[in-house]
Amino acid sequence: MANSHTPDLSLAAAPEARRRQIMGRFFAVLLLFCTLFGLVMLGVLLVQIGNSGTPYLVQIVKPGYSVDNIFEDHTDLHIGSTTIAINTGLLTNYHSRTPAKAGLKSALVGTLIVMALVALFTFPLGVGAAIYLEEYAPPNAITNFIKLNIYNLAGVPSIVYGMLGLAVFGRAFGLLEPDSAFVKTFHLNIHQSGIHQFNILGLPFQFPFGRSLMAGGLTMTLLVLPIVIISAREALRAVPGSIREAAYGLGATRWEVTSQQVVPVAMPGILTGMILALSRAMGESAPLLVMGAFIYVPFLPKNLWDQFTVLPLQIYNWISLPKPEFRQGLAGAGIMILLAVLLLMNGIAIYLRNRFEKKW
Amino acid sequence: MTELPHPRRIASQMSSAAFDSSALKAQERTLFLRKVREIIINALLFLCGIVTVLTTIGIIFALFSETISFFARPEVDLWHFLTGTTWRPTVTPAKPENFGILPLINGTMLIAVISMLIAVPIGVGSAIYLSEYAADRTRRIIKPVLEVLAGVPTVVYGYFAITAITPLIKTVVESLNSRGIGIEMDFFNALSAAIVVGIMIVPMVASISEDAMRAVPRALREGAYGLGATKFEVAMQIVVPAALSGIIAAFILAFSRAVGETMAVTIAAGSTPRMTLNPLSSVQTMTAFIVQVSFGDAPVGSINSQSIFAVGATLFVITFLMNLISDFVLRRFREEYD
Repeated sequence: MANSHTPDLSLAAAPEARRRQIMGRFFAVLLLFCTLFGLVMLGVLLVQIGNSGTPYLVQIVKPGYSVDNIFEDHTDLHIGSTTIAINTGLLTNYHSRTPAKAGLKSALVGTLIVMALVALFTFPLGVGAAIYLEEYAPPNAITNFIKLNIYNLAGVPSIVYGMLGLAVFGRAFGLLEPDSAFVKTFHLNIHQSGIHQFNILGLPFQFPFGRSLMAGGLTMTLLVLPIVIISAREALRAVPGSIREAAYGLGATRWEVTSQQVVPVAMPGILTGMILALSRAMGESAPLLVMGAFIYVPFLPKNLWDQFTVLPLQIYNWISLPKPEFRQGLAGAGIMILLAVLLLMNGIAIYLRNRFEKKW
Repeated sequence: MTELPHPRRIASQMSSAAFDSSALKAQERTLFLRKVREIIINALLFLCGIVTVLTTIGIIFALFSETISFFARPEVDLWHFLTGTTWRPTVTPAKPENFGILPLINGTMLIAVISMLIAVPIGVGSAIYLSEYAADRTRRIIKPVLEVLAGVPTVVYGYFAITAITPLIKTVVESLNSRGIGIEMDFFNALSAAIVVGIMIVPMVASISEDAMRAVPRALREGAYGLGATKFEVAMQIVVPAALSGIIAAFILAFSRAVGETMAVTIAAGSTPRMTLNPLSSVQTMTAFIVQVSFGDAPVGSINSQSIFAVGATLFVITFLMNLISDFVLRRFREEYD
């Protein structure tokens, strides 16, 4: 093959060299096509979704026409003689059997609360674990095991986390169910559902968490925790050792060095990782579905122990309905809202990364 | 780290001519408190790290405890589960012959293999382009696009499959049929799901392979150029072989991702567990079965609710082994150049 050739400048080698150059150009074009594939696919995907979804979000109504009845609750903007009707019902209505009245209200609120819970749990746990591994952990077998374990967890399919959530948070391994050995041994008086509700300091509480927002938030926390830890570790590792040494030299303790010097410097990187992890959690539906989240919730949750649904699950529900208004139109409109939020979050993450990235 | 007294405190002590013992005691107490605080914080941070280990233990315990009670039932046995070619878990009365997981594995692997056939050439191709050919500016535009493509929720890919890919396949099949070739296809089919899963894992293959290629030292490339190799020859005969361990690790991780993929295949591939290699027929994957049962609200402790844990445990073992192999390949076959 060609690699055995030494540079041969004689005329006899010319056709061979030419062949090799043509091969090279041909493959350069082929490789460029491979690279453009991703770009083109993203474009096709967005156009396809926009085409089916847009009519269910906005209609531009020309003078003399009235708003098409594919949605009922709309806010109209008048620009000159043209009316722009915006389907506000999509945000303020619950799911309905009539496509024109169907909305995402409970899914939006559910997504918002689950995300808040995930952020609340993931930040301290993820950053704490990353600080431990980067700043505190002695280099021994246990530390190596924790690190390896985190990389393995990042590769576990998301649906498996749903089964974990179902067994641990949803049912607490069936510990309090009527036929469990634990209940029988201690003759506990237990509700048939196996879910025990009570008050702590006047606040409602329940155990196990069942199909509640709390169970969903915790399940998603475990799902994204490896991602947050890995990115936070990278951010901490990028902080130069000289900063630490200078602080130690002034007599600061390890925690003072970490909390007052290292973490503030690494914060943009940590936040970028957090946002990316949250956007991952926002798009995931399989684990929540398996954990027991509902796909039809016609009310808003009263507290963290209530049932819930999230955006991707509501969209999945619409995709699986037979009517094309749901399957294509409303699902497309829902996806547009979901993608808009995700793009915004990704945009913020990229901005943070570029704005605060420091080269040491 | 040995703890040192705070510098300000030392300074103030040195300035006062006479040490009095109460000041010394106060200083010892502060030192002690700081030490205690350090120990408590160390313990708390360690606990944060341990949460991930508990998660793994939780996954293994949750999956395998239910799986064990599943196999403890008289209606199923492990042999039929692992070798049986019929998966009909809802047929009553339940009997071992109806709990063979091979059709689900067949469906999963059919989709995963076809998606790899799409993602591997395209992913590696774009990795070569990005690492060897592209200008810095081009790369700065294309990499975020790939990141966005990787961040699109899988439900969206499922929607894309049934609203764009499946109709496209249908058009092709119909035009072939009109020319006298008889091909049958299901609306929910493995091919459509495999195509979107392929699109989904292209960024993963591309980004891990590109990292591996960029780690190949410049001197190797320059050596080859010096011998008169063309750019293409350098890429294919120098860079790709040198980065092979990273590229193979990327394949395995992407395959594992395709095996565990849930929503897109549930939406696009249907729910018919069957032994087939025909990509145009409807199949069911392991993940789609788990979703189907979760949807159906099977009562806790029933054979169906336990069967998803047996299927989930199988899925977990397959993906876990693949992740371990990928890690092994990366460590064992890495070419070190220093």
